[in-house]
Amino acid sequence: MTSNYEFEDAPTNYDDVQRQDAVYDPNFVPDSVKSFVVHMYRHIREKNVYEIHQMCETSFQTLSERLFKDTPWPCVEAIAPYVDNDHVFCLLYREMWFRHLYARLTPTLRQRIDSYDNYCSLFQVVLHGVVNMQLPNQWLWDMVDEFVYQFQSFCQYRAKMKNKTEQEVELLKQNDKAWNVYGVLNFLQALVEKSTIIQILEQEKEGLEQFTATDGYDYSGGSNVLKVLGYFSMVGLLRVHCLLGDYHTGLKWLQPIDITQQGVYTSVIGCHIATIYHYGFANLMLRRYVDAVREFNKILLYIYKAKQYHQKSPQYEQLLKKNEQMYALLALCLSLCPQSKLVDESVNSQLREKYGEKMMRMQRCDDEAFGVYDELFSYACPKFITPSAPSFEEPLVNYNQDAYRLQLKMFLYEVKQQQLLSGVRTFLKVYSSISIAKLANYMEVDEPTLRTILLTYKHKTHSVGSDGSIISNADIDFYINEDMIYVVESKPAKRYGDFFLRQIAKLEGVINDMDRIKLE
Amino acid sequence: MGKEMESPQEQSSYTVEQLVAVNPFNPEILPDLENYVNDQVTSQTYSLDANLCLLRLYQFEPERMNSHVVARILIKSLMAMPSPDFSLCLFLIPERVQMEEQFKSLIVLSHYLETGRFQQFWDEAAKNRHILETVPGFEQAIQAYATHLLSLSYQKVPRSVLSEAVNMDGASLDKFIEHQVTNSGWIVEKEAGSIVLPKNEFNHPELKKNTGENVPLEHIARIFPILG
Repeated sequence: MTSNYEFEDAPTNYDDVQRQDAVYDPNFVPDSVKSFVVHMYRHIREKNVYEIHQMCETSFQTLSERLFKDTPWPCVEAIAPYVDNDHVFCLLYREMWFRHLYARLTPTLRQRIDSYDNYCSLFQVVLHGVVNMQLPNQWLWDMVDEFVYQFQSFCQYRAKMKNKTEQEVELLKQNDKAWNVYGVLNFLQALVEKSTIIQILEQEKEGLEQFTATDGYDYSGGSNVLKVLGYFSMVGLLRVHCLLGDYHTGLKWLQPIDITQQGVYTSVIGCHIATIYHYGFANLMLRRYVDAVREFNKILLYIYKAKQYHQKSPQYEQLLKKNEQMYALLALCLSLCPQSKLVDESVNSQLREKYGEKMMRMQRCDDEAFGVYDELFSYACPKFITPSAPSFEEPLVNYNQDAYRLQLKMFLYEVKQQQLLSGVRTFLKVYSSISIAKLANYMEVDEPTLRTILLTYKHKTHSVGSDGSIISNADIDFYINEDMIYVVESKPAKRYGDFFLRQIAKLEGVINDMDRIKLE
Repeated sequence: MGKEMESPQEQSSYTVEQLVAVNPFNPEILPDLENYVNDQVTSQTYSLDANLCLLRLYQFEPERMNSHVVARILIKSLMAMPSPDFSLCLFLIPERVQMEEQFKSLIVLSHYLETGRFQQFWDEAAKNRHILETVPGFEQAIQAYATHLLSLSYQKVPRSVLSEAVNMDGASLDKFIEHQVTNSGWIVEKEAGSIVLPKNEFNHPELKKNTGENVPLEHIARIFPILG
């Protein structure tokens, strides 16, 4: 759970162990917890997916709030006797145990390492194909999401070497496999491969497989765990690659999922949001602004309508945070690539409210604008990581900000290259044609310089699609005939066909409603 | 991929592409990827995926980074313009490495290309000939990018502008233009010597395809029950 993880988290030290131990007896199992694990164990054995979901989402949260507000749950050894010492159940319990710890407390290094070991064991069991359970999608998503989150958290933690104690440094040196980037990536990839999810999704398009139709659940007596974990791992891989700064490869991992349609990724709102957030961010960095705007618009509209249904959910805070971040990213995209027709009215009005003034400042493209670009980017960007192991040589330094600083620098560099373009746009909006000489005069540059600015405009507003084709993103465009510039305003295509279809369906609905009314 | 007759060199590149697709998170493929970069340079081919894979591995194990290989990757990615591959590579290269002299020069070159400053680009490229001439096809690739950009922007381009963009004049420029006239549909205007570039949807707005009007059959099929 990432809800209360701020970019600069508090330094961890061994006092936290004391705080955790203060009123905490790991071996004490309250009756309500005993009842919880017994019921959970039974529901898992009987594959009662709905009940498992309720227990995870509601009972676990209620008990945490009531009994474990700032201590961990009882240790797994204490509850194991009540569940026949079932190996897999214990792994699942530990998964929830650590997730709770990360959400409410600050994990120690030892606990971080143990959590990684638990994920390894759990994923090994799943990969060996011996699991026969049916688990709710929410939980399976939470596992992948938390796995990536804890990896990110560990990289941040490890990069702050300055205040580490000798024991911590020693423990880090001994456990170089824990949260190793190769390990994390290979596990995610293994889940994708072993589940054959990519082939399943392909075959589904041809009607040879059923996956999305059943929301990933297996109604023929099998297990959904490996398949759905494989599916969510594709989103996990997109996320990890964004954290590393490799946006191109991240999007490649997402390709098997068609984000223009509903799918298993939309069955869990946290997954839906994480997918679109990272998709949009990656496209922003790849300068495919229109693609980013289109998807941000859709998800922000969806959240606007759907968030009231998630107010009681433990993911609500995170949902709101991502919503705000995506508005910031949308503001960035639209400042770099103005589009008038891609954004829905309700989203647009929210955007104006939150960032209207800032967008005006960004579009002015003076030195002050960079400050605003910096601010929004820093607020909305993922928590980039340095994946390599630290140098253990003295003096120990903090380098946890390096990755973020690099991505920010690259982004602002791109902004700088586009600096003069909004000036050109202003003039293009007012003229239908203008000579190079005259425009150069107005813009107070010489003619050769103006020609380079015009070429820059063309280059930056025409992106290269994933298939290599050139796509124009410009709402105002031009062409040059020797020394004359002719302005072209792009007209949005009037979608008569869609409009008629919608109205026909709507009218049918109204007539049906009227038929149902019985007049006295 | 999938060619019937494969020379040993083609066979090894087929294998590298497979490695990148199937086993990318494996430190042991690092030497293969480095060799593949050299292959790309000598055989004038290019693979963004393989090069990103290598840069990622360098990110995971910085002590194994080979600046020489990184420089070659960056030059190859410059040649891929207008694709933003150069930036994609820079996202994966730590700041302190980017500060090295050879990389600073390459970043300056990229900057000039991104902002259409061809004259400054060719001047700077001349100063860095020793780095750039190790990669065959560099000049031609940049000239292709230059003509691409001009084709997006101009219906008719003055000879001087073209000359500056492709770094040619006099007889060699004439030859270049002749080649384009034969192969790419360029037309030279008799009087001023301006070049009329082929029509495309970017310099001729009337050619822009109206993509909005197509309605897929399955959408219509949804209202068949209503119409029936």
